[in-house]
Amino acid sequence: MKHTISVQVEDKPGALARISTMFARRGFNIDSLAVGPTERSGVSCITLRVDCEQHSLEQIEKQIHKLVNVLRVTELVPGEAVERELLLLKVAAAADKRADLIASAAALGGRTLDLGADAVVFELTGTPEELDSFQELARPHGIQELIRTGRIGMSRPSTRRTSRRLSAIN
Amino acid sequence: MSGTNRMTGADAVLRSLEAEGVDVMFGLPGGAILPLYDAIARGTTVRHVLARHEQGAGHMAEGYARASGRPGVALATSGPGATNLVTPIADAWMDSTPLVCITGQVRSTLIGTDAFQECDITGITMPIVKHSWLVQDVKEIPAIIKAAFHVATTGRSGPVLVDIPRDIQEAELDFSYPDEVDLPGWRPPSKVHPLQIREAARVVALAEKPVLYVGGGTLNGDACEELLQLAEVGRLPVITTLMAKGAFPESHELHFGWPGMHGPKWSNFAMNKCDVLVAIGARFDDRVTGKLAAFAPGATIVHLDIDPAEIGKLRVADVPVVGPLKMAIAELTREVERHRSEGVPAPEAWLQKIVDWREEFPLRYDKSDELKPQTVIEKLQELTARDDVIVTTGVGQHQMWAMQYIVSERPRTFITSGGLGTMGYGIPAAIGAKAARPEATVVCVDGDGCFQMTQQELATAVLENLPIVVVIVNNGYLGMVQQWQDMFFAERRSQVHLTRQVPDYAMLAQAYGALGITVESEDELGPALEEALASGRTAVVDCRVAQSEQCFPMIPAGAAAIDMIEYGESVEAM
Repeated sequence: MKHTISVQVEDKPGALARISTMFARRGFNIDSLAVGPTERSGVSCITLRVDCEQHSLEQIEKQIHKLVNVLRVTELVPGEAVERELLLLKVAAAADKRADLIASAAALGGRTLDLGADAVVFELTGTPEELDSFQELARPHGIQELIRTGRIGMSRPSTRRTSRRLSAIN
Repeated sequence: MSGTNRMTGADAVLRSLEAEGVDVMFGLPGGAILPLYDAIARGTTVRHVLARHEQGAGHMAEGYARASGRPGVALATSGPGATNLVTPIADAWMDSTPLVCITGQVRSTLIGTDAFQECDITGITMPIVKHSWLVQDVKEIPAIIKAAFHVATTGRSGPVLVDIPRDIQEAELDFSYPDEVDLPGWRPPSKVHPLQIREAARVVALAEKPVLYVGGGTLNGDACEELLQLAEVGRLPVITTLMAKGAFPESHELHFGWPGMHGPKWSNFAMNKCDVLVAIGARFDDRVTGKLAAFAPGATIVHLDIDPAEIGKLRVADVPVVGPLKMAIAELTREVERHRSEGVPAPEAWLQKIVDWREEFPLRYDKSDELKPQTVIEKLQELTARDDVIVTTGVGQHQMWAMQYIVSERPRTFITSGGLGTMGYGIPAAIGAKAARPEATVVCVDGDGCFQMTQQELATAVLENLPIVVVIVNNGYLGMVQQWQDMFFAERRSQVHLTRQVPDYAMLAQAYGALGITVESEDELGPALEEALASGRTAVVDCRVAQSEQCFPMIPAGAAAIDMIEYGESVEAM
């Protein structure tokens, strides 16, 4: 099962390396990873998407929590968090064949960033599922280049938070 | 804040070590750490022990830490000096030994250029340290050293590394040593949940067949007195892992041996048949559990540990208790005592059952005309039984025989490499232990293979006046490997024969200025050990033992604990 883990870390040299080393050494796979600043200066947020059993997830959380630069580890529970990803997509489409693509992108809230003679670049932000569906839509046209950022997320203020902090045990 | 004054980064390192109360450090100088060694020459209250190899320095610091309970300090230069520390760091990581390593690094301006003796030691050691620092500003030195000692010794103890570029050792700062550490992300458990304690106590007190499965965390958590109280109050049998040997007095009526691959049958039977297994600072290592699915089947697991990540890592804990063990065990004892005083009976029938197993399946071996390795250890035990003695070991058969035949009565008197299984650990660890406890007799029970990995440190022992007695159980083989080849690879011995004659260990010892004695027979054994122990000098007793003796009982790797092979049984019989 896939899980999203949000890790707040001190913005210190090696903080990301320590987390990724821990994953590698304990045999856990990272599906996607996004790093960026937060509302607190000197604190970064690392959002990890991992595919693992519940038992492994608990191990991952506990092992990350032991790292000295890590301030907080939270699992973003589906339904209780907003999660977004950014997609950049370069699709082969000659001028006469691109109208419906542009329309679909617009319908999904996407933007057309560049129009070339043979290709178009789209930007789309949304849930990973929305990006997946646009990707599939574009595929028959011929995808020339595709980049996704890895997801980021935060808990919804509108729902009661059950998202667990590690330290659960103590 | 202490008073400020202007000094170099190198001096600041020493003033910081002094402020931490460090009395001994172990190391070897080199280019990138010259400024720090110059500061040592200019004066410090910290004794420096000059090792002959950085690995030796690292293991000495480990031996010091395990004998004293205080963090060990090792110094090395950049590049190969630092990489030679990798094995001790990994060893300290696996056995949760508090270790502070300080390495020189090439000048900041050269970092990343593949400069002479440059290596990314913080990168190399990242998976095997609790934390590491590459110092980027001389002003950070006091705070970083403070943090390094704090991280190494709090929570689950372990190794840390501080890498200091040469120019930063030479730069100046206004020194003042901080009173507090500033580590917002480091908050090891400091309390124990009372409800978990109550539940644990209920399970433990009501158990009909309880076992305390005690690991090295008990020593690291300074919880041995509390453990003794718990066992006596609850009348609970204690089984100590290799790492916990000495955490509970082994002549005590409630001590029932050691678990795992070469533990006695009675200990493994007790672990296997118990209804409540109380893991205390232990981590369900594969050498203890054998086949995990068949380990203590059906037992309710109560797991006490300072490290939440150990809870449920390998075996689900029915009652997890996270917190400092000293506090956790004391509170558990109080609750168990309450149950006992309310009339919940002690498990006397179960205790008797384990005693019966011990009588039925004692440790045994056959004597022969040849000197047997077990006899060497038994004799050593006999001669040192009343002394303040610390035993260190290498890794292999001799280590397992030492576990079986040395009777450790006090904490921190049996020092061995458990998790990493580092051959060559014994001699330097003994030197470190001697530096920590000069009043104790320190004996290294070593194998001939192990001896040859770190023998150069005999020079350190002799010249630094840190006398140790090395007893080599010399069977001329990499004995444990030979045993596995004989048992599991159809007796095809592959690259394990070292010979008992080369080197001549007694002559080698003499070449180092140590006492060297060769023992060929049981008659020579007692006098030789007595002479070595009485000499007050560094001594090597080369005991040439039977070449094919195997260590039993044994649970083959991956087998269930109850399928253990006893002395005299063939593998096919299992």
